[in-house]
Amino acid sequence: MRNLKAIYVKEMKSYFNSPMAYIFLVVFAVITGYFFTRTFFLFNQSDMRSLFNIIPLVYLFFIPAVTMSLIAREKNLGTMEVMSTLPLKDLDFVAGKFLAALSLVLVGLLVTLVHFITLTQVGTNIDYGAVFTGYLGLALAGAVYSSVGTFASSLTDNQVVAFIIGIFIVIIFFLMDKMLMFVPVYLTGIIQYLSVDYHLSNISRGVIDSRNLIYFASVVGFFLFMTVRVLEIRRWNW
Amino acid sequence: MIKVENLSKFYGDVEAVKSINFELNDGEIVGFLGANGAGKSTTLKVVTGYLTPTAGSVYVNDLDIQDNTLEIQKQIGYLPELNPLYPEMRVYDLLEFTGKIRDITGKAFKNSLARVVEQCGLKGVIHRLVSECSKGYKQRVGLACAMIHDPKILILDEPVTGLDPNQIVEIRNLIKNLGTEKLVLMSSHILQEIQATVNRIIIIHKGEIVADGTNEELMSGFMGNTKLTMEIKNAEDGSVKTLTEKIPALSLIETETKNGCQLLHLEYPKDNDPREALFQYAVDSNWVVTEMTSHGANLESIFRTLTMEEGTNA
Repeated sequence: MRNLKAIYVKEMKSYFNSPMAYIFLVVFAVITGYFFTRTFFLFNQSDMRSLFNIIPLVYLFFIPAVTMSLIAREKNLGTMEVMSTLPLKDLDFVAGKFLAALSLVLVGLLVTLVHFITLTQVGTNIDYGAVFTGYLGLALAGAVYSSVGTFASSLTDNQVVAFIIGIFIVIIFFLMDKMLMFVPVYLTGIIQYLSVDYHLSNISRGVIDSRNLIYFASVVGFFLFMTVRVLEIRRWNW
Repeated sequence: MIKVENLSKFYGDVEAVKSINFELNDGEIVGFLGANGAGKSTTLKVVTGYLTPTAGSVYVNDLDIQDNTLEIQKQIGYLPELNPLYPEMRVYDLLEFTGKIRDITGKAFKNSLARVVEQCGLKGVIHRLVSECSKGYKQRVGLACAMIHDPKILILDEPVTGLDPNQIVEIRNLIKNLGTEKLVLMSSHILQEIQATVNRIIIIHKGEIVADGTNEELMSGFMGNTKLTMEIKNAEDGSVKTLTEKIPALSLIETETKNGCQLLHLEYPKDNDPREALFQYAVDSNWVVTEMTSHGANLESIFRTLTMEEGTNA
């Protein structure tokens, strides 16, 4: 736990001591802000649905970009060798990095609260519950994508490759329930359950079901576990 | 104490290390010597727990590295080859981070920091970014990170590569001082460096240990020819020609003429020293000897002989 914190703090410092975090946050805020305000005053509705619809799309590129450097860069610099020879469990190493990436994603979400403030100022009959579950769903989806990105970053020592692999896997998860019409009927249930969007829309609608929470937790757990395995395999081979 | 038993490591089909054995004791400074690609770094990577051996085992203080990796890593300080560091971190932050992972915080960290700053001469750069440090300072920062927990075992992979002569001497002295109480295992392909720093040399060639012992032991065990260069004046051709007949132990490699002197390149077996007879012969032939130098077996010739590829006598 102590080591996990040390890794987490180091990663957060490296995000915020470089321009990286600020560039990410500004880009994220501008894109989401544009799409939110474009329709907000037109539709004249007191909800944040337009924001909650656009953020999962922005995530597809934003999160792999945040996570691409996590492990790939360590491999590239050679510091992976230092990390692997410190008395440090692979799980602490991976989890610390994952949490740092997730924190940056959550900071990005925090920035969009400015739109919520706008809403409270100009809106009437605001459904606070829907706003809350909407944000909760986005945070959970962010966690899933961050774990995917962490995994992608462990596969290579090249950040660009990690970015592309990350986008690829994330898009699969994103598109799954949009492709249901192409899969055999007996598979649709499974595919739908695996899709992030399905669970995200459930939660965003205001239903917090344990099935959805278990889904998010198990996908995150799966990808972090796979990342640890990838690091272990490296010891055997190269 | 480090004990390596029948250690082998394959990279795919390539056998980088072939069933090697050695045992190192506390207080020793051991040099791992070998050409590039001989298997030095691979061995060190296995000993530090970075790579898993294909076969064989490594014991550190009687613990098996595969079962007690974390426990052993707590006792080892390791400086990898090429000294990888985070360029965006400050030296202080890097040491603090390493300390945290090694469970050194608060007052204990302050003491450790003061010790490594003193030992590695980091005073001027402690608040600098790693990327702003010169190569020599980076090397010292890497060393300081490896030593922050005052390890009993220090493993250094090519610690002086790329340093200037003054820095080399500093690092060398540091290692020598550490070696009085610790076990230091360093690798190098620079002969002079190994010879000047360590008190035991292990020569590795193509994944196999070809020699293991102190500098002196290696010299005495080595059966090679000693080279002798002699510069003479006033010598008749005939007397030079009959030299090898009179003293059979000597063999004449070549002669050359330089500034009116004759330069004889001779060789004799190590166990049959004909220098007295040679002197007598020179006196009898009225040679004026201006110089006579013998080049005994040195680490370089031992290394070259042991690691020479068969069939490529160079």
